[in-house]
Amino acid sequence: MQLDNYVGFFRIILTLVLAMCLRIAPWPVEIAVYNPDWVLLVLVYWSLALPERVGIFHAWTFGLLTDVMTGRLLGQYALAYSLIIYLCLKLHKRLRQFPVLQQGMFVFCCLLLSQLLLFFIKNLQHPAQLHASFWLPVITGTLCWPLVYGLLRVVRLSRYL
Amino acid sequence: MLSFFVDPLKYLVDLPTVLIDHATDSVSSYSALKTENEKLREEQLIDQTRLLKFAALEKENIRLRALLENSFKLGEQVLVAELLSINMAPYEHIVVVNKGTRFGVHPQQPVLDANGVVGQVFRALPFTSEIMLITDPNHAIPVQVNRNGLLTIAVGSGQLNRLVLPFLPSNADIRPGDLLITSGLGGTFPQGYPVAVVDEFTSQPNKAFATITATPKALLDRNRELMIVWSNPASVPLISKPTVNEAETKTDAVR
Repeated sequence: MQLDNYVGFFRIILTLVLAMCLRIAPWPVEIAVYNPDWVLLVLVYWSLALPERVGIFHAWTFGLLTDVMTGRLLGQYALAYSLIIYLCLKLHKRLRQFPVLQQGMFVFCCLLLSQLLLFFIKNLQHPAQLHASFWLPVITGTLCWPLVYGLLRVVRLSRYL
Repeated sequence: MLSFFVDPLKYLVDLPTVLIDHATDSVSSYSALKTENEKLREEQLIDQTRLLKFAALEKENIRLRALLENSFKLGEQVLVAELLSINMAPYEHIVVVNKGTRFGVHPQQPVLDANGVVGQVFRALPFTSEIMLITDPNHAIPVQVNRNGLLTIAVGSGQLNRLVLPFLPSNADIRPGDLLITSGLGGTFPQGYPVAVVDEFTSQPNKAFATITATPKALLDRNRELMIVWSNPASVPLISKPTVNEAETKTDAVR
């Protein structure tokens, strides 16, 4: 079953790469402020569904790649993602019992925590003044959770995984 | 280093836009292309005539500066870069272009389009580079009023069609319609490129500074082609006659 393992691994990586593409997709400005943090959503799903496969290492790596991609302070996304995936791994046994909506509440907390961390780091660099729309992706991300959950579930339950 | 993994993603996200552009190009009709071609030819003719005059004026300027024992900066080199349609962060006015350090791009280079100053290179990666537009809230550009040489600083407002001039007193000699050009102070932007046109001047009697806004000349949200500029930092001293001739041949060589 070595081959199946590799196929599964690449499938996870592919979903994460797709999430990164969505993150920088050229939406019009009015929609761009609503663009949720897809990478974190996908990471949270995989860490809840396959905690033995996707862990803090994945979170850290993809956080670092997101940092490089968006050109912010190197390591801020890596830190935020690792912390949140750590929480997910700690709680995954309980969270898997919850229905999607209740998981959505948890995802809301995750997204809010990550955005708070990013705001905190931004504020350390120089006093940041932010538009209220900085917090909008948290809400849209929560609303997108059932969609992400459904799609990735299809990916997970299809053959090889 | 890591950008080697990430930069292909940017091109991947840009791909649909490129494909659509190609498709529209290939299905546009013969007559449309012909009219466009004619129009471009006409424009080129006009521009070339203007350039002829410009060359003469530049030489005259060099001679006059020599008389004043002043120095003259040589011409600039440009590289045309194309915008990648990707979106980095919605709160910042940062765009990505398809030329990077492979082409010798480095941070703090000025970026122009056909109408005026666009911004400066913010981060240069091997295959792409990020450009901060002049309208970014964190960006400021030293400018001068073309009419009377009044120096000030134009700060980005966060809106794509607006710059703010927060440091002018209420009695400053500035009117709506004034052209703002780069002043060359600060060393990042070469002198004399158009930046914006003043569109509103409100002096408040109870405040020390007037509220002035300006509209950028460059088409910040519409252009896909940008020019990255290498300005020659070493100015040529023009004190004696022989140096004048040398400088003239040099400007010719650059062009």
